[in-house]
This record gives sequence, C-alpha cells and structure tokens, in this order.
Amino acid sequence: MNAPVYNFAYLDEQTKRMIRRAILKAIAIPGYQVPFASREMPMPYGWGTGGVQVTAAIVGPDDILKVIDQGSDDTTNAVSIRKFFARTAGVRTTTSTGDATVIQTRHRIPETPLHAGQILVYQVPIPEPLRFLAPRETETRRMHALSEYGLMHVKLYEDIARHGHIATTYAYPVKVDSRYVMDPSPIPKFDNPKMNDSPALQLFGAGREKRIYAIPPHTSVVSLDFEDHPFERYRHEATCAICGAVDSFLDEVVTDDSGGRMFVCSDTDYCATQGPHEVKRV
Amino acid sequence: MTQLLGTGFTNPVLSSQSTFRAVIDALALPGSIQPVARTATGPDPLSPCAAAVALSLVDQDTPVWLDQSLASDAIAGWLRFHTGAPITADPANCAFALIGDPANAPAFARFQLGTSDYPDRSTTILLQVDSLTAGPSWTLAGPGIRGTQHFQASPLPPNFAERIAANNALFPCGVDLLFAADDCVAALPRTSRLIGAS
Repeated sequence: MNAPVYNFAYLDEQTKRMIRRAILKAIAIPGYQVPFASREMPMPYGWGTGGVQVTAAIVGPDDILKVIDQGSDDTTNAVSIRKFFARTAGVRTTTSTGDATVIQTRHRIPETPLHAGQILVYQVPIPEPLRFLAPRETETRRMHALSEYGLMHVKLYEDIARHGHIATTYAYPVKVDSRYVMDPSPIPKFDNPKMNDSPALQLFGAGREKRIYAIPPHTSVVSLDFEDHPFERYRHEATCAICGAVDSFLDEVVTDDSGGRMFVCSDTDYCATQGPHEVKRV
Repeated sequence: MTQLLGTGFTNPVLSSQSTFRAVIDALALPGSIQPVARTATGPDPLSPCAAAVALSLVDQDTPVWLDQSLASDAIAGWLRFHTGAPITADPANCAFALIGDPANAPAFARFQLGTSDYPDRSTTILLQVDSLTAGPSWTLAGPGIRGTQHFQASPLPPNFAERIAANNALFPCGVDLLFAADDCVAALPRTSRLIGAS
C-alpha cells in the first residue's frame, strides 16, 4: 500500500456504510435498483465508478481481486482498476477466475464457472431496463412497482416484427426471482444463462445513475422471451484461433484490410488455461 | 468513562469490513450461520456480536429503535457516541431496530415496511438471540438458498411462522431480519419463506 493519504480502499467509512446498507437491501429485494449516494471517484463516469464503489465497500485485506474488461484482464480499464485497489487497499490481485474472491467485471461473465463464496461486481452504465422505453424516472419506478412490463415485451416483439428474431444481443433483459425485470449490464446474451442459479453473489453498481442492485446466489434469472421465439444464446460459429476453444464467447478481430479476420476468446484467463493451439486464420 | 460507554471497534475500518462481510454472507445465504469476530463491546445487555453489527451499519443517517430490554441510557449513549445514530421511539420511523428480547418483539408491521415505489426504505431488524443452533427449527426456501436450508434460533418471537408469512406477503415491501448470537449471525431477508418445521 503506497497511497497512505487515503482510507483503506479509498472511500471514507461513512460512504462505505451507506453503500453497504444499499447492498444489503439490494440482496433482500433481488433485481430491484436501490438508489445510493454515488460519490465522485478519481476516474470519469463510464469507467466503472459504480463497480469501483461497490468493490471498495466490500473488499477486505483477505480478498483476492480480479478485474476484467470485456473478458480481458489486460485492457486499460481492468489494469487501472486493479492497480487502484492494489494501491489503496493493498489487496492481492489475480487474473485467475478460480482464485479470485471478488471479481469486478465490465460487460462479461467469466467462462470458468463461479463457485460459492465468490462475489461478482458488475459495472453498469444504464441500470434501468425500461429507460429507453419510458424516459421519466417516476414512470419507470411506477412500472416496476406494478410489475408493468408489457412494454418490454412489445420492444422484443418489435425486434421480431422487424428482423424475424429477437435482435437484442447484449444487455438482454431478464426477470429475477419472477418479479423484477433487470438490466444485466451490457454483457452479451451468451452470458445470460450463467446468471441463473449461480453459486456466486452478483452485485451491480451504476455510478453515474446512482443505483445498486443484486442477485443473491441460487436465484432464478430468466431471459425474457416468447413461447414461439425462445431465448437463444449467440456465439460465432468458430473456434478460438489461440486456444481452439469451441465453447467460449469469441471476439472477432480484423487482421488486415482485405477481409482477413480471426476469432479469439474474449475471456483471456479462460483462453490462457486452455493450452496452446496453432494459430489459424479463418 | 470508557467503562460507562463500552468500546467501539478497536480497528474501525477493518472490523466494520469483516463484520459487514459476515452480514452480507448471512443475507445472501439465508439461514446460514456466519462467524463474527469479537471486535467491540457494547454496554450490557447488548451482546458483542450485536454491538459489532450495529457499529458496522448504523450512523447519523439511520434512526435506531431500541426495544424495552435495550432502551437504556447506557446503550443509547454508546450508540450515539460511537455511531452518531439518532435514537427514535417510533418503530415506524427507524432504519434499524435492535431487539434484545425477541420473545416480546412487537409486530413486524409496526416497523417501516417500505413502499411499492421504494421497497428498500424498510427497517432492518437485528434480533439478539441466545443461540442459532437451539430452539424451534425451520426449513427455509427462497433466493440465496439451494433447495432448502435449515434454520434454528432461540428465543424467537411468538407466532414466528405467521409473522414471516405475513412479511413474505408484503413483497417487495417488508422488513429484513438479522439474528445475532454470541459469535455469529444469520439472516432472513423478506424473500425467505418458512416452508415447514424440521
């Protein structure tokens, strides 16, 4: 720890207590967005200030922290947040999904199944799944209170009318414990099934929008769909060019200006643990 | 003076964090027993565990209601000194309720239950119990529980199953219960249902 002018994990204790109380209520009401007094953080909104505040409120000296950005441990956002906690909390960090006790994530759920005792902290840009359907906060709050989610089904139906299938590919809305419709943050819908009945605790923090919500372990999380248009995961029909994985979520990487491309695992830790594989161009 | 007040956390930062993690685990896994280190001593009859939970969660923003067994000047003074929390006599106005005598706990509906727009604005009730391994035993189901979960606590409020069922029926409103025994906590959030005696 070489930033002694700050409190442990940067935030002051009163802020941590406020966030902790919001987290407890969020766990007690799965999928409901608890308002909280989000603070200014030493990084801009959109860089994960909500996730950082949640992590700062829960993390302790015994924790092992992993931070991923779109599945990757080594992008700017992931590296800077990991360093932030290494410096302000002196907490051990890792890139291994299995070893981590707290995993802060932007837009992915790790491929390696999570286990009991782990906490997954999501960075959330827009927590309100109904926001683009009803811009007024008082209106969306009322809709949640009354479980009035017809509009969301209309939106999904319009996808079908226009494209022939549900074209929503990320931030795909889910219903938590048969009650609240929730935005899972912009994870690909490939990851949606991993939220259901997960042994890990899932916490969501939206800094700019000042909301915290949660999914307790072993809670039902159902992606919204229709009987004749059931929810489907989407994955590029390819193997990872680095590790050869056929089951992971893939990023498409353009390699030249003549149509060359390759697919690689978005989860770098998973990719690295799959063993080497001859790089192939598809 | 120290004797009169009782001590706060010896290490406020790390003790609040470890106590909070016990509470979060208890609430995320309803009915499970989570160990709490002895890090604070409140005035009698507030147990060290209940004292630690209170210190980790309450402050000037959270009015606290004390039941008759805990409503002493010593405990109110200790809470005010260490946390700054206002003490309220009105259970319908408190964010946290500390109950030292669960057998005579008031009806849960007398506390803040939240509203359908803001169900989070409800009381968290901390019941100080003698044991989480003795007394009537129940089977729980609900979010956080894989299948079913065993839960025991003693003493409990009378008509406990009816109270919990009534609280469940208010969802998404309702109170959340924390149980503090000697050195451990358990919790029943509003989503946990008692599906039978076991």
